Amino acid sequence: MSSHTYDYLDGNAAAGELSAIFAMDVTIAEAQCAHCGAIKRFAEAHLYMQAPGVVARCAVCEHVLLRLVNARQRAFLDLGGMRCLILDTSQLQESGQ
Amino acid sequence: MDTLRLDHTRSPLRRTPNGALRLPNGEVSPYLTQELAVGDRLELRGPIGGWFVWRAQQTEPIQLIAGGSGIVPLMAMIRSRASTGSAAPFRLLYSVREPGAVFYRDDLQTLSDRDNNVSLTFAYTRVAPQDWPRPPGRIDAALIADATWPSNLAPTCFVCGPTSFVEAATELLIASAHGRDKIRTERFGPTGDRK
Repeated sequence: MSSHTYDYLDGNAAAGELSAIFAMDVTIAEAQCAHCGAIKRFAEAHLYMQAPGVVARCAVCEHVLLRLVNARQRAFLDLGGMRCLILDTSQLQESGQ
Repeated sequence: MDTLRLDHTRSPLRRTPNGALRLPNGEVSPYLTQELAVGDRLELRGPIGGWFVWRAQQTEPIQLIAGGSGIVPLMAMIRSRASTGSAAPFRLLYSVREPGAVFYRDDLQTLSDRDNNVSLTFAYTRVAPQDWPRPPGRIDAALIADATWPSNLAPTCFVCGPTSFVEAATELLIASAHGRDKIRTERFGPTGDRK
């Protein structure tokens, strides 16, 4: 077990923060890790909230997928750890959210 | 101006013996118990996020596993099942410190009594009722084998609780041949009090 086993939440815990930015639910999207190439639901990522912001790491290799910091009325969103985010566009029609 | 935003995924409140809701060092509950006053305005949003959700179109067996206050979103699924008239077979394995710490005891019993397709298993970690068949202890492989759907029925599993509990339950499910892709988890972080 890694030392930070009990420090993280699931990616779905970022749903609120991400809904303030994205029109679609990112937590149910598939995210491809830029480091190891694994494709998993964002909800399955490991989420660290102890930092001054939110850090999501790949559940397979623990590489950073996403960082989000809200400061000085700016949202700093770093998606550099994701090669691709695959969103299900049918949810736009079905729920209107 | 003093608004507090509560995301349902981040407010795991626990009921303490004196009835107050407080998670020491929690993100939200110290505010609710110590600062919030009558007349304050709150902005509530949610539920947000479509991952840890059961939908009425799902007809496969559902395995719910709760650690302590992790019962909360799972109770919402059980209620949603009842209100939509779903016949999906549900099983709940609910691990809790002691009988007095069970949330929704009466509601759970009523919903289960009314429908053979909702079955409950309580697992006590510290104190069990007298004559309880299983001595107090954390969930283990024997309990998983006894009280949850076998993997050949391909149930969707929802596991919610403190991070250490969710880790343990997920490992037990995978060891019982459940596919990782059939297990959805909602960890709410450490509690300093492993279930």
